[in-house]
Amino acid sequence: MTAKASRSIEDLLTAWGVVCHEFRGQSQVTIPVAKFAEAMKQLRDQAGFDMLSDVTVADLLEYGGEDRYRVVYQLINLTTGKRLEVRVHVNDPEPKLPSMYYLWRSADWLEREAYDMFGVVFEGHPNPKRLLLPDEFQSFPLRKDYPVKGRGERHNFPVITRAES
Amino acid sequence: MPLNLLDADSDTEFAKREGLWTLNFGPQHPATHTTLRLVLELDGEMIVDATPDIGYLHSGFEKLGEVLDFNQYVTIVDRMNYISPLANEISWHHACEKLLGLELTPRCSYLRTMLAELMRIHDHLLCVGACILDLGGVTSMFYCLNERERIFDICEKASGQRFHTSFTRVGGLLYDVSDDWLALVKDFIKTFPSTLKDLNRMVMKNRIFIERTQGVGVLTRDEAISGGATGPVARGSGVPRDLRRDEPYLAYGDLDFDIVCATGGDCFARFQVRMLEIVESLKIIEQCLERLPKGPIYAEGSGKEALPDKREVYTSIEGLIHHFEAIMPNRQMQPPRESLYASTESPNGELGFYIVSDGTLRAYRAHTRSPSLIHFALFPQLIRGCLLSDIVAVLGSLNIIAAELDR
Repeated sequence: MTAKASRSIEDLLTAWGVVCHEFRGQSQVTIPVAKFAEAMKQLRDQAGFDMLSDVTVADLLEYGGEDRYRVVYQLINLTTGKRLEVRVHVNDPEPKLPSMYYLWRSADWLEREAYDMFGVVFEGHPNPKRLLLPDEFQSFPLRKDYPVKGRGERHNFPVITRAES
Repeated sequence: MPLNLLDADSDTEFAKREGLWTLNFGPQHPATHTTLRLVLELDGEMIVDATPDIGYLHSGFEKLGEVLDFNQYVTIVDRMNYISPLANEISWHHACEKLLGLELTPRCSYLRTMLAELMRIHDHLLCVGACILDLGGVTSMFYCLNERERIFDICEKASGQRFHTSFTRVGGLLYDVSDDWLALVKDFIKTFPSTLKDLNRMVMKNRIFIERTQGVGVLTRDEAISGGATGPVARGSGVPRDLRRDEPYLAYGDLDFDIVCATGGDCFARFQVRMLEIVESLKIIEQCLERLPKGPIYAEGSGKEALPDKREVYTSIEGLIHHFEAIMPNRQMQPPRESLYASTESPNGELGFYIVSDGTLRAYRAHTRSPSLIHFALFPQLIRGCLLSDIVAVLGSLNIIAAELDR
């Protein structure tokens, strides 16, 4: 089972023009945006990655390199216990990716959190709203160009007085 | 703020039916234990839909992780799941050590295993106790709190702090433990089983508790897998996955213990798993006590990754130089410019950290995969069709810790 599963992953990955990398026993693959949706579907249906454990973004603004946002998906194959880290890069001005909600339900809140913190838009998400921050919040605080102490949003929060409430 | 009350996959026509009423549950409600809000659509007493509204405790932990170094950030990580702080610390430093390629000393990994299992008992006791308190049984809560108090004592003896211990360091622990500490743990595992037996009779055989939790909030196996559930929530739904066995870390590979699994998928099954896991944790601690190796607690490595023993620092010039080399940013060792995801089995489920390293001992990005966030996302589908009074049972069985949920 293991051999078969991993062979089919390799076949898939070479077909997609994927960059593979191995670090401390962890497979990390980078998939081009154009092939992303199809590759993920194949990874679930044919390579047996039935659990999406995590979705996150890293803003590579100060890291060096050409791309701005790295979106990272952690997949698990529960039968073999194999993990796979899938990376895909998106860029300003319109950082967007297809949503994985229809493949794995766990993507729901994880993608909303990623949008909330980085402004990466997941197209086709059923409820594409902020998760943790208030809806009227303007910035994306985990981006590298957002200062640690904030931009004064706290001071500009509307104050509700006792008479208005 | 305007809220869309309709969840995307709810039956829209049903939800639009007339005669439904809306109820705000929280953010300040005794049964939420911390601050989280649910907007409920009710038909009489039946819940048609629930929309969680979270973020009240969001404090930008991940942003702070980019400012603080690997050892400093442990004080923040502590405050995520504050019911079992040491489990978070162990998980965070597990990720750091994996990035640095550090091999722990046997004594350190056994001590960390023991602490992690004590935290599991600690966490499960509060989860079970608080839930039965919410369901109307006050007595059992005090049995739980009493035993938790003894674990606090154990933490205090080891680190000087009862609650937010900040006890782990990269490649080691703040202090080695004393014989007194081992005696305390021995005493705890000797006397705790009788309390556990009482507790088991009071909770798991309590007719009111059984009727309030059995068949309530059912999560099927497929939903658990697709929803990314881990830990007791997944194991209560028949997904036999436990990182301690599947991806052994610390000393778990050498120890003999069972993975507890139930198939009911309801609240009762999740509590069953938790109660039985406490027994397994006791088994693990007992084995660790028997086999606890002697030796240093800090990993050797190239000498710069791990801090030297504090006593060395204060009493010898070599120790002081070692400390200086490990602390000063221009002399510190440099981790590889890589990124990595590492996770451990925390009491609540898979607690993972994704670290992007830019070659300094400060993470470029420190993301937390918190089990509470994943589990709370399952909440609307668990609660639909249940009664208003079932909310506390379902919330309690998922063990949502808002500080970890919002970070």
